[in-house]
Amino acid sequence: MPVVRIPTVMRKHTDGAAKVEASGSTVREVFDELVASHPDLQENLLDDGRVRGFINVYVDDEDIRYISGIDTPVADDSEIAIMPAVAGGSNGR
Amino acid sequence: MIFGDISQAVGNTPLVGLPRLSPEGYTIYLKLEGHNPTGSVKDRVAKYLIEQAELYGQLKPGQRVLEPTSGNTGIGLAAICKVKGYPLTCVMPENTSEERKQLLTMFGVRIVHSPATEGSNGSVRVAREMAAADPEVYMPFQYGNPANALAHYETTAPEIIADLPDVAAFVAGLGTGGTVTGAGKRLKQWNPEVKVFAAEPEYGDLVYGLRNLEEGYVPEVLDQSVLDSRIKVNSLKALQATRDLAELEGIFAGVSTGASIVVAQRVCARLPEGSKIVALSPDGGWKYLSTGAYAPGEVKEIATAISGTLWA
Repeated sequence: MPVVRIPTVMRKHTDGAAKVEASGSTVREVFDELVASHPDLQENLLDDGRVRGFINVYVDDEDIRYISGIDTPVADDSEIAIMPAVAGGSNGR
Repeated sequence: MIFGDISQAVGNTPLVGLPRLSPEGYTIYLKLEGHNPTGSVKDRVAKYLIEQAELYGQLKPGQRVLEPTSGNTGIGLAAICKVKGYPLTCVMPENTSEERKQLLTMFGVRIVHSPATEGSNGSVRVAREMAAADPEVYMPFQYGNPANALAHYETTAPEIIADLPDVAAFVAGLGTGGTVTGAGKRLKQWNPEVKVFAAEPEYGDLVYGLRNLEEGYVPEVLDQSVLDSRIKVNSLKALQATRDLAELEGIFAGVSTGASIVVAQRVCARLPEGSKIVALSPDGGWKYLSTGAYAPGEVKEIATAISGTLWA
């Protein structure tokens, strides 16, 4: 099952867990399942069905904006990392 | 090569093949920016920040220059400002390595610390507050100054094109975004088929931990349309590649260089066989010795121990 890495600032919504497993074959499907099990993540993560600004999402280290956005495919052993944007970060496109 | 003063000796750095670290069928070349006068790619940026300000009349003779910088830009600015007669103040995170602080102090730079936990965002905040309170200082502000990318557009990329006209891809680290934006744009104008990849450092939890999600900071210099992708590299992979570089290729570089090599190796598979890839090495390893990055021992343990200061 894909693993989602939760940034420190969002761990209060995952009972402190740094990694959460969630199934799905795209980032969207994985996030849907993640939010279903941790509803407080919803507003931190998504805005109108899109990944919120100032958050970067990576599948196996690659920024999903340069793959297929929230529809980026996810393998069973993929790691999805959610990271706050720091210098060099980006506000979505 | 003979130059009138140090500001004229910036650039024209060597492009060196990495036969032992290149995946089979590809050649990765490393542009050794550590060969610049103060030892980093930021000499190019510092020279352009100051000379563009002079050109446009933004900098008066003897005026104090103020800049938020985690080190390399400050050291580059220190040298350029020294020979051009501008006093300099640098704002940097307090966890910046001792070597850098000593270098800057020796150059006569006034150092102001920002909280380590805020990283470069904190330096930007503090410098902006200082600049707003003192109209007598000039802040070039590398994060938002087009001169930053222009330096790479006018010098870094043309050097690569002259040395390696059939370059297929370019990889550089993502800090201010100046290198990928400026060099990437010029390379794509030369040949639209050239791919540009950013290697993004994955900072330690400490850096991300205190970041407020409402305060994400996007450098104005970064033009994301130039990028073909952006790949993050964690401390362990970057450090391992940096140590491999010394062990296998005889090149002693900073950890950001390892990150760019990791990305260069990864993207080879997306390029036609026989492709030549240029990765940019922003600096040598000298200024990071005190972090312990090169100490003997298990790379994994070292990476974990210093992940908070590794990219500082």
